[in-house]
Parts: sequence; C-alpha cells; structure tokens
Amino acid sequence: MTMNNVGRPTAPVATDAVVATSTFTGNQGLAIEEPLLFEVGRLDVSGVDIEEADTFETRLGGLARTAPVELPGLTEPEAMRHYVRLSRQNYAIDLGLYPLGSCTMKHNPRLNEAMARLPGFADVHPLQPLSTVSGAVELVAELGRWLLELTGMASVAMSPKAGAHGEMCGMAAIKAAIVDRGEARDVVLVPESAHGTNPATAAQLGFRVVSVPARADGTVDPEEVRKRLGPEVAAIMLTNPNTCGLFERDIVEIAEAVHAAGAYFYADGANFNAIVGKVRPGDLGVDAMHINLHKTFSTPHGGGGPGAGPVVLSDRLAPYAPVPFVRFDEDGAAEFVETRKAASERGLKPFGRITAFHGQMGMFVRALAYMLSHGADGLRQASEDAVLAANYVKARLQDVMTVAFPERPAMHEVLFSDRFLDGTGVTTLDFAKAMIDEGYHPMTMYFPLVVHGAMLIEPTESESKTSLDQFIGTLRHLADKARSGDADAFKAAPRLAPRRRVDETLAARQPKLVHQG
Amino acid sequence: MRYLPLSDADRSDMLAAIGVASVDDLFADLPKAKRLAALPKLPPHAGELAVARRLGAMAAKNTAAGSVPFFVGAGAYRHHVPATVDHLIQRSEFLTSYTPYQPEIAQGTLQVLFEFQTQVARLTGMEVANASMYDGSTGLAEAVLMAHRITKRDRAVLSGGIHPHYRGVVETVTRFPGHVVESLPPDLSGTEDILAAIDDATSCVVVQSPSFYGHLYDLKPIAEKAHAVGALLIAVFTEVVSLGLIEPPGAQGADIVVGEGQSLGNPLSFGGPYVGLFATRQKYVRQMPGRLCGETVDADGKRSFVLTLSTREQHIRREKATSNICTNAGLCALAFSIHLTLLGGAGLTKLARVNHANAVQLADQLAGVPGVELLNRTFFNEFTLRLPKSAAAVVDKLAAQGVLAGVPASRLEPNRPELANVLVVAATEVNTDDDRAAFTSAMREALA
Repeated sequence: MTMNNVGRPTAPVATDAVVATSTFTGNQGLAIEEPLLFEVGRLDVSGVDIEEADTFETRLGGLARTAPVELPGLTEPEAMRHYVRLSRQNYAIDLGLYPLGSCTMKHNPRLNEAMARLPGFADVHPLQPLSTVSGAVELVAELGRWLLELTGMASVAMSPKAGAHGEMCGMAAIKAAIVDRGEARDVVLVPESAHGTNPATAAQLGFRVVSVPARADGTVDPEEVRKRLGPEVAAIMLTNPNTCGLFERDIVEIAEAVHAAGAYFYADGANFNAIVGKVRPGDLGVDAMHINLHKTFSTPHGGGGPGAGPVVLSDRLAPYAPVPFVRFDEDGAAEFVETRKAASERGLKPFGRITAFHGQMGMFVRALAYMLSHGADGLRQASEDAVLAANYVKARLQDVMTVAFPERPAMHEVLFSDRFLDGTGVTTLDFAKAMIDEGYHPMTMYFPLVVHGAMLIEPTESESKTSLDQFIGTLRHLADKARSGDADAFKAAPRLAPRRRVDETLAARQPKLVHQG
Repeated sequence: MRYLPLSDADRSDMLAAIGVASVDDLFADLPKAKRLAALPKLPPHAGELAVARRLGAMAAKNTAAGSVPFFVGAGAYRHHVPATVDHLIQRSEFLTSYTPYQPEIAQGTLQVLFEFQTQVARLTGMEVANASMYDGSTGLAEAVLMAHRITKRDRAVLSGGIHPHYRGVVETVTRFPGHVVESLPPDLSGTEDILAAIDDATSCVVVQSPSFYGHLYDLKPIAEKAHAVGALLIAVFTEVVSLGLIEPPGAQGADIVVGEGQSLGNPLSFGGPYVGLFATRQKYVRQMPGRLCGETVDADGKRSFVLTLSTREQHIRREKATSNICTNAGLCALAFSIHLTLLGGAGLTKLARVNHANAVQLADQLAGVPGVELLNRTFFNEFTLRLPKSAAAVVDKLAAQGVLAGVPASRLEPNRPELANVLVVAATEVNTDDDRAAFTSAMREALA
C-alpha cells in the first residue's frame, strides 16, 4: 500500500543533533556506513571468473561498442560486504512487527523460497515445448483452482504482474465486454477512500472517473452509488474490506444496483486477507477482482516487488481474459491457451496480451506452497487471527488514540485519525518517526485521504500476543508522551535509525537520480 | 499451524479484551446469508514435508534447462548466476522489507536502487533510469505511452523486429485510450525500411536491437529521421548481456531505452518474475513512469536516499498520474544489480564475448547442416534459421531426444504461415562444445 504526503512536511525541521560518541571511521559499532558501489568498485575488477573466448570473426556488423562499459566491479568478498552492510540498514518483517496498513506484511515462509528454487520451476523457460513443462502448467492450474475456490469466481487470468497490473487487466476485460455489447459506457465510479491505483488505472484505460463520497461511518452508501449510476457508467471499483479497514456491509445491495444499471463490479482485492474462507467475492456479486499474492498469500515484498496480481473473473467477463491463460473444461481438466488464435478457436474473445510471458511463476509456486501449508482450516484461521489482532489493537488503544470509525468492527486493519494529537504540536509524521526509535516500522500514514492525519495499522496474523502487547504498550507510551508536551522529542525523531529525517524537498527540487563521477 | 503464533488461550483473552463473545462477532458486517462455514473442497493444512513432496512431484515433471543441451531464448535467457546473488537476495532485510516509504530505516533498499539506476543509465548510455518495471514488455508499453505524453501525438511505429509478445502488449495497452500502433511485418532478414514509415504524425519509432530474430540495427539514421519529424526513438532489447559488446542505444540517439534485465541475476522461472529496465534523457524525467530514487541529505547533513518525484505517481495524482504503476521489481532489480556489480563493466564485456563466440560457432555449425539457411548477417547471441520443414515439428522431435533447440516463430506468430519453418536459436555461456555437437547432429538427423 501507498501512503500520501498530503499535508505532510517533507523537509526536516532543525533540531538538536544527537550527541553520539565520535569514532575515527564514522561507524558506530555494528552500524557500519557503506559507500556507493561507484566509490569502492574499480573498472578493471571482476568478481566472476570467465574464460576468454577464442579468437573469432565477430558478426556485429560495425555496431561493436566504441567505449568500454563504465561500470565498476567488486570481487566476491567485497561484494558480499557491500550488500550485507546495506541490508543492515533496512527494517524487515523478520526483524519485527511491520504494521503497514493495506500492505499485509505477514511472515514469509522459507519453505516457499525453497520450492520456488527447485530446478523444475526456476530453471524452465516460458517458451520450452509444452511437453517439457507439464508440471509447470499443472502448478499454474492448481493455483488457479485454489483462487477460484476461495473467491467463488468462474475464471482466472494469471498473467498480471502486480496489483495495479491486475486492475488494468480486470478493467480492460470490462471495457472489452462493453465494446462487445456495442455500448460506449465511459464512466467508472471510485469511492474517495480508494487506493490511488484505482482512478489511475481507470484513466489509463480511457475511462472518466467519478468519485463516490463515504458516509460518516466510513463505508459506501448504496444511495450515493445509485445516484451516480446511469447508461454511461461502465463499472464501480470498490475495495472490500475498504481502506478504512471496514467491510462494506451493503456490498450485495451495491452489486445489485450496479448490475441493474448494466455496469460491472470491480473489486480491489488488496484486503482479501481479512475474509479468506469467510465469504467469497463471487457470492457477493463481484465481476472481477485482482488478488495480491504478495499480500494475502505471503510472497515476499522484496523491498518493493516483484508482486503478482492474478485476476478472477465472473462468467460474464471470462471470455475476455487476456492470453495466455489456463482454462478448465467441465471435468476440471486444465488446458493452457497461449495465443489469441487458440482462444478464438475456442469461442473466446481475449482483449489482448498484457505481458510477454505467463505471469509471475516464481510467485505462483510460493503462493501455492502457502495455500497447501495452511489448507482450508489454516486459511480461515489466518483471516480470523488477522481480524482478531486488528480488533485487539483497536480495543487496547481506543482510550489513548482516536479510532476513526469506532462503531463498526475493524477487519484486518484499524484506522486512527490524528485527533488525539490535537494541541500537542505532534503530527502523524512525528508520531510515526518516533515509532522508528522504538524499533518499529511505522504504520501507513496519511492514507486513506478521508481521515485527517490517518494512521492505518495492520498487524497481521503473524504476531504473537506478546508481540502485540509490546506494540500496544509502545503506542500507548508514545500517545502519553505526546500529550505530556514533549513535542520536541517527536520532532527530533528518529534519532537512533541509520538516518535522521531525510530532506525530501531537496530530493524533488534538484533530482539526483544517478551518481555522477 | 506452524505459521500462526496465537494459542486458543490467547484468542480467548483477546476476545475478552475486545468485549465480544466469539470471533464471529467481528465478522458481523459480512452478509449473513453469504457467510461460509468452511471450505469443504480444499484440503486441510499440511506439514513442510508433505508440501515439499507435492510440489517436488510437479517440478520433477518439467525438463530443467540445465539438464539438457539448451538453446531457447526469444526474450528470456539462461545464464550462469553467481551463487553469491541468490544468497544475498535472501537476506531477510532485503527479502522481507516493503517499498522504502520510511527512508530512515530503508537506506539499504534505497542505496541499492540508486546504484541500480546508475548502472542501468551507464549501461544503456542514457542520463537517467528508473527503479525498474515489471518486465521488458510492460516497460515498453509504458515507454510508448510516455512518448505520446511528450510529443502529444498518438501514432507509434513498431519495427518488425520487435518481440511479437512485446508488440502484443503495446497494441493492447495503447488500444484502450485510442492510440494507433503501426507494426511493420516480421523482419526476418534485418533489412526493413523503417524510415519510410516515419512521418510528421509519428509519436515514436520503436526498434529492438538485437531484434527478436537476432539482427543488429544501426539506430543512428532512425534516430535522425525520427528527430527530424519531432518523434522519439525508443530502443528495446531483450538480452541485456548484448550491451557488453554492442554500442549502447544512448550513444545512437535513443530517447527512451527499455529492456529486459532477466539475463543478469534472475532465473528463467517460466516467464517471471523478471525486471524491466527503463532509461531516458534528463529532460523527460518528469514524464517517466515508475519509482525513482534520488540522493538527498538527512537532518545531520549525511548523504541519504529517498523515493522522489512522487508527484508523478498514482498515490498523489490519482487519475492524473503518469501511470498506474505502484510497485517495481525490487528483488529482481537487486539480483540484477548484484550480478552486474560482480561482473563489472570489464566482466560483462568478457561474458558478452563468450556469448557471441558460442553463438557464432553454433550458427556456423547449424548453417552447415543440409537444408538449413542462416538468415542473419549480424547477430549477438541469438539468430534465426529457415528450415526445410516445420520448425515446430523439428523442435518437438529434438525435445523428444533431449535437446531443447530454440523457439519456432510460429508459436508467437500463429497467424503467419510464412513463418512456419522459421526457428529462433539462442546460445549463451552455459552451452558446451558437447551441447552444440548434440544439437547439430540431432538437427542433421531430423532433416535427413
């Protein structure tokens, strides 16, 4: 999930520097600074031993490089230190609770890593003869079956490479279906609380975006949707549970209204972790939904990717899925359909192709390993524990922080506003940065936009009660400290991280995106 | 369940603290009639051993590229990746961290991205690069949309040497906003006249070199013609190792360079995840899609890195964003960067030379097989053959004999009968003399 910096100061305020013991090296014990690769590497050094090719006549047709590649190399021991030292400047799930709302930072099982590295999965080419990859096709099909069973949908497009790519896939299927109906609907309804990717996706596909306001309790009012429905409306994009951490309890009514108006229902599945095994989007009237395998099904976030965003589709949209896809016949047997030609021979109308190959196979293996490990009972339990953890955090913090929508149960995440900081001089940003000094990654800040100074906390099912209690204790302490008038300490935070607050304004004003020299 | 730390006693205590009788009360907003009691069609949880057996059995049904003479390329390439790479990308702090939104505790990821951007810019001969795209094909579609934003035109010209799947992605993504893509027919001989297709309505010219069929194109005259009519040149490559040996697109006048980076650091993995490389000129930086990492200082004046220019992005701009992209290929970019750091520029050039040498040797051997025609005058590590019979049939026959011989063009271009006998063959440093001999003799036998 993203956060928004609306209203957020982006340049640090001058504060007293932390007095640290000064050292000759600038290092502080195990906290070791690491220069840039370009400062430590040498142009004539390589950490890979490669045999010289024999002399031969090249076939480069006069297009050979005229200058050497200006990239420094490191020997293996130097490279190992460079990257290990850098890694130690990162926070990670494996270090502690990572409460980024809408990001589902759950444990990443290492069995899944091992499975993805089996040569039969990692060392197969997407264009090998299909006769040599039947196990790979079987894996994609098996993951597809689990996704369909968990969502109650008719069909799945496996190739989208991330959540936003999945949105594009699902919305393109909707556009194709509308064109196929001979209609020109060009409006997409998007609630104010939606992820920024929703309106961006709709716009990229040539739709006009019309916003739907949230009602006071943080959910979408079916009446507000109805008011905006009409013959020009193609779809609604709705996240459920929504970004306020609430289940859209009128979802069935909304879906019926949308369908009655001839439009489609796109669900953003970013928050699917709350409801796996509890309710199926297909039973609620959803026509298309992407599933972030890197959230709900624990494929590692990897510092920002790769993700994977398969899209499940209703019967009405299934014929428009992009190639390639796995198709199931009436007996459940899987068939791999790779080209538009093959698809049209089967009476299908794929809207095109959205990536070169078959999707994020490496992520599929990990996700299926996660599902097989959890099983039906474990998946349900994981959702229940995730929801339980969020509600526990809410219950234990509601007297010292401001729960944005206290009247409804939270789902897997709980949203706070900054009202509890009123008059303290401490902002959401300051509060978040103070968490860093206490050894926590901050929650999602300033998102969703519908709440002032939003703090969105998603603890996930991976935390023990001891871990949750320690986290709760920390936030209670910080809330008390803010109220005790110690704003300066918050403004100075973080003091103990590898860096103090960084100057984002400078970075944007004079963009320096590559190293010079 | 080994992944769930809460005990039943914990759960009871927590429910009591919340003040509800059962966990079902927390799901009260779910429509009652739609709630599930269980998932009867799915199996129960399983231990590591059982899961490993099940997935191991699936994996064992596939022919791993490393187990046979292997010459399949066409957009994804098998290279040797140093063991260090996979060790480092499995460091918890890289593997299990999120997008670096809190720069004070994400300098590791951010410095890697800054180094990655610098490596990509230098390698392609461009001024700036982003923090990566999903893969080369989606990067290309974004590049075309970016060219349309810059030129305020909407007619792209695609060379017939573009990977057919990349072309498919561009056509799909540009169709919805109503843009026009003019694709030249497959350029089997590497001699197409793309200059004739460029006019003053052209937004961008897209050329892949080495092309899908392996040909190298001189981009300079194309850049000149494009610039003369106010269009941009987008250069594409699917084999990044080629840049160790051939003149980078930036030095040939390209305005945007897009490529697939899988060859460095990343396994074939049946098509993903890979890593898209995206570089351009400084003046276009604010029209770029995707994440950007920039250098700055912290409150103590220490050099720091941070995601920047986010006012282009969807979480700020929503429907006015340059792209809907919200992730990069972080860990794949890290693998790419580590591999390139281990190689260094000198090592990359050496590696590229071995690739080229192996391909030249293989091409000459195969061209000596009666009935086989080599269609390339120029190539790097991949070339195209015309066979006297169906390439798909030959590939299947050789696969049955344990040789993975390349990609029949018909698999990607099923609507072009004239490509039925065309085979695209790749050779890299992993191929041995024995591999090449096995391929050549199997080919000789198949065509006899």
